[in-house]
Amino acid sequence: MSSFDNIIGVAGSAINAQLTRLNATASNLANASTVAGTDAEAFRAKRAVFKALVDEQYTQAGSPFVGGVFIERMSVDPAPARMVFQPGNPLANKEGYVFQSNVSEVTEMVEMMAASRSYQNNVEVINTARQLLSRTLEITKA
Amino acid sequence: MKILDGALGIHGQALAVRTKRLEVLAQNLANADTPNFKARDIDFRQVLADTNNQPAAMTATRGAHYEVGEVANPDGTLYRVPFNTAVDGNTVESSIEQAQYGKAAAQYQTTLNFLESRISGVRKALRGE
Repeated sequence: MSSFDNIIGVAGSAINAQLTRLNATASNLANASTVAGTDAEAFRAKRAVFKALVDEQYTQAGSPFVGGVFIERMSVDPAPARMVFQPGNPLANKEGYVFQSNVSEVTEMVEMMAASRSYQNNVEVINTARQLLSRTLEITKA
Repeated sequence: MKILDGALGIHGQALAVRTKRLEVLAQNLANADTPNFKARDIDFRQVLADTNNQPAAMTATRGAHYEVGEVANPDGTLYRVPFNTAVDGNTVESSIEQAQYGKAAAQYQTTLNFLESRISGVRKALRGE
């Protein structure tokens, strides 16, 4: 495998991971005002936890690109759900409280921007590698 | 192809090292958000010097023999010392890696230009121009 394949593969795995992170952010933002009747049912923000593809067993199991990145797991934000007094809400418990999600809109917006910037970075990496590759192919015309 | 090796000079090997460096930098950029990831880089001069004068290998004939002159990272990569540390143990600084990647791409094209001029020289010699 040529090294350029690996560069494009590594950047591709990063794009994939950042896209998953962006998806998680979109899901969190969409559920920012979701309410539930109990604390356990309340929506909690989810975050992608990245891990580097360095181990041989990972590279055999999934992506073949050493040095890339993959989503190890989705972590759940441990912050408590917000209790709001809304006796009129059909989901309210006996005391009249509903449990709002623990999503912080500001944090999610920051997360969204960070993910999209990292995504763009890796697109540029692929673009540069592609240009260098096609220039190398033209070496026979020298 | 002994003749062609001499004609292309050091640039063939240099291109291989340049490609490897681009790969290492791409790995750094890919892992810019990975907790505990340590950014690496290649010391171009060192690796190229090593490829040119590799010491004669010693043979281990028994299990108790140690390897000679083993380095921490046999592929020639070194860990980067970050300007600022991150809480999650990641030492990738995206802007620095971007700058290095751009520089490495330019250096790759430089080596490619040297190689092209060597090739066109060989072609001229073969045609007798």
